[in-house]
Amino acid sequence: MPTFEYAPAPESRSVVDVAASYGLFIGGEFVQSEGGAPLKTVNPATEEVLAEVTEASAADVDAAVRAARTAYTRVWSRTSGADRGKYLYRIARIIQERAREFAVLETLDNGKPIRESRDVDIPLVAAHFFYHAGWADKLSYAALGEDPRPVGVVGQVIPWNFPLLMLAWKVAPALACGNTVVLKPAETTPLTALLFAEVCQQADLPPGVVNIVTGAGATGQALVDHPGVDKLAFTGSTAVGKMIARSIAGTRKTATLELGGKAANIVFDDAPIDQAVEGIVDGIFFNQGHVCCAGSRILVQENIAEELDRRLKRRLARLRVGDPMDKNTDVGAINSRVQLERIEEMVTVGEAEGAERWDSGCELPSSGFWFRPTVFSGVAQSHRIAQEEIFGPVVSVLTFRTPGEAVAKANNTPYGLSAGIWTEKGSRILWMADQLRAGVVWANTFNKFDPTSPFGGYKESGYGREGGRHGLAPYVRTSSPA
Amino acid sequence: MSTATDVDVTARARDILGVSRLTTTALTGWLHGLPGVDQVGCEARAAALSTRSVKTTSKAWAVDTAISMIDLTTLEGADTPGKVRGLAARALVPDPSDPTTPSPAAVCVYGDMVPFAREVLGHSTVRIAAVATAFPSGRASRAVKLADTRDAVANGADEVDMVIDRGAFLAGDYRQVFDEVAETKAACGEARLKVIMETGELVTYDNVRRASWLCMLAGADFIKTSTGKISPAATLPVTLVMLEAVRDWRELTGEQVGVKPAGGIRTSKDAIRYLVTVNEVAGEEWLDAHWFRFGASSLLNDLVLQRQRMRTGAYSGADYVADDAPSGY
Repeated sequence: MPTFEYAPAPESRSVVDVAASYGLFIGGEFVQSEGGAPLKTVNPATEEVLAEVTEASAADVDAAVRAARTAYTRVWSRTSGADRGKYLYRIARIIQERAREFAVLETLDNGKPIRESRDVDIPLVAAHFFYHAGWADKLSYAALGEDPRPVGVVGQVIPWNFPLLMLAWKVAPALACGNTVVLKPAETTPLTALLFAEVCQQADLPPGVVNIVTGAGATGQALVDHPGVDKLAFTGSTAVGKMIARSIAGTRKTATLELGGKAANIVFDDAPIDQAVEGIVDGIFFNQGHVCCAGSRILVQENIAEELDRRLKRRLARLRVGDPMDKNTDVGAINSRVQLERIEEMVTVGEAEGAERWDSGCELPSSGFWFRPTVFSGVAQSHRIAQEEIFGPVVSVLTFRTPGEAVAKANNTPYGLSAGIWTEKGSRILWMADQLRAGVVWANTFNKFDPTSPFGGYKESGYGREGGRHGLAPYVRTSSPA
Repeated sequence: MSTATDVDVTARARDILGVSRLTTTALTGWLHGLPGVDQVGCEARAAALSTRSVKTTSKAWAVDTAISMIDLTTLEGADTPGKVRGLAARALVPDPSDPTTPSPAAVCVYGDMVPFAREVLGHSTVRIAAVATAFPSGRASRAVKLADTRDAVANGADEVDMVIDRGAFLAGDYRQVFDEVAETKAACGEARLKVIMETGELVTYDNVRRASWLCMLAGADFIKTSTGKISPAATLPVTLVMLEAVRDWRELTGEQVGVKPAGGIRTSKDAIRYLVTVNEVAGEEWLDAHWFRFGASSLLNDLVLQRQRMRTGAYSGADYVADDAPSGY
């Protein structure tokens, strides 16, 4: 029997130049912290320390907010839309030029496969800047309301699952609308944000328009609580989102929150079955399942449940799990030990609840944080693994009998970020999309993103939209409602 | 591995469909009950498989495997005994500068050219495939098509590449397509039958899937994309759909059927993408010239060039690849 083993095809890391330590990016320059502690960032695939960054103190956050305020009042709020657009186009082009560098650095710091950072994350980052560059001088025509003006200084806190992409989702619309920002990247993935700071310098962006303060929870809290911040934008867990909402209650600050999810990926018996299997893979094993809108619950029509189970497992056995820098890797490393422990805990819970656990049995590297693609079948709505976000490569399979039951089960969750429908029947897609309480509904596809399409949640998945015309609204004030 | 030749193919088809009479209605119900193919998703999957990076030892293996899977083809009105002899000689010695180069699986010619190929190939491992059944259009009476087939086999063809009646398929006359494949199979005797669906004329992936299952039901040993006379010829998404079909067919019946993309595959990079797709969709059981072929003429040149490059570390050029039969196919 012949075997077609792909030889290792590692992407070269020579394209990136990681410094031993990093300061904070405040007022257009890298500065040393006032009293902040050092924080190590590791490559989750090897546990090698990549660099030391700074855990910004409250004083650092204050300096960053003041720099953002100065830049706002003196420069950016007076810069014409056309000129703001020029800066954004320039940033977009630089990101495209340095795409390989960003992709490699993202993979090193995050653990996601180079195939994804190269083909998905970084191209989407550039697309977001290009898209919002186009809006910068057309805000009056975006039907946002009369005389749209910037909000002011925006505090932005982003997660570790798509570090640079979440930065782009936050920074691009804020800048297009004339705001200045203080952004805190996640503590485990600060490096691409710091490289982005270099891009801001390279693009001659006026100092203070973008400020980047690295750190963990305390830094984020200092930013949220800072009285000089006019608006907050957060992507992350529902628990932290609730804390932010509590923190700003009674203040003049507004917030957009993009939180967790427990999306249903619904497969009808007339689905294009081979593509549905691919859609399930894209839905839950893309980015190791570290995706807020991941299709973590498969709802399959009972009459094809066995067939789908067989096809899915056969497909998962072919997933290539391992070195994220290898161009042929499909599933990379779990981002941190903390997250790995959380996934392991939830899988133990799933087994204890009586669901049937299966994994691909693939070999895993000896160092780093890894978890095999895992399927739970025989899952009930009342199981924790059907209710709580696992944020890892673990999917729960439930069954349904009728379209009405599929809708009821899909909506029976505190979340409402996304959903997927697999059927060849167009009328059913439209009916389902109308019934599903989810911000994004994909039909015969999953986890597809585009800067022109608004993204955001229902219920505990948060509020506000990012992307598209809708994503501009939280970043402007108007004289009258739209 | 059992084959369809030793059983009554119509009786077996009735059994698989669970019907007492094999009518077009019964076939329609069965074929139209197959899961649909989502065009966007199918093409996205093929594109994702195309990003696999095959290097060093695995590339060397893939290049040799691809060479061994080629049906080295000339199918022109202007084919002469001299050209066919040259093509056959090339199949025996694909690269005179390196005798370790494997031979292609077969040469593929018109039926009347088989004896000239045989003169050169004799009892070598290189098979002779002949196109038949009023290739490439398939527009002739059943009697003519079967006579064409018998003639090719009588001339010594080891394999027959037939075309389906696309008109009948598109008109929904599935029983006619079934019968024609089954009768051609019977006329082949010991020769293996490859069935060309001319996917460029079937257009949709749903049609490709249905035609694949229909041909397998009727006893095809191989399902093949194209004649090479119609554009588009083989594409990766079409081949992906066919590989899913043979994989699922084996799961249903236990029988393995081969797949042959033909036309338009010209570079080593293309060939390796196909092998990756075979590996990840059908499985490594298909990574053998008995179960997977490339219908191509110029592909061999590029594979030989890559092989020379890997041996010497430098690219040579077309003038360093011996080519007896330059052709556009």
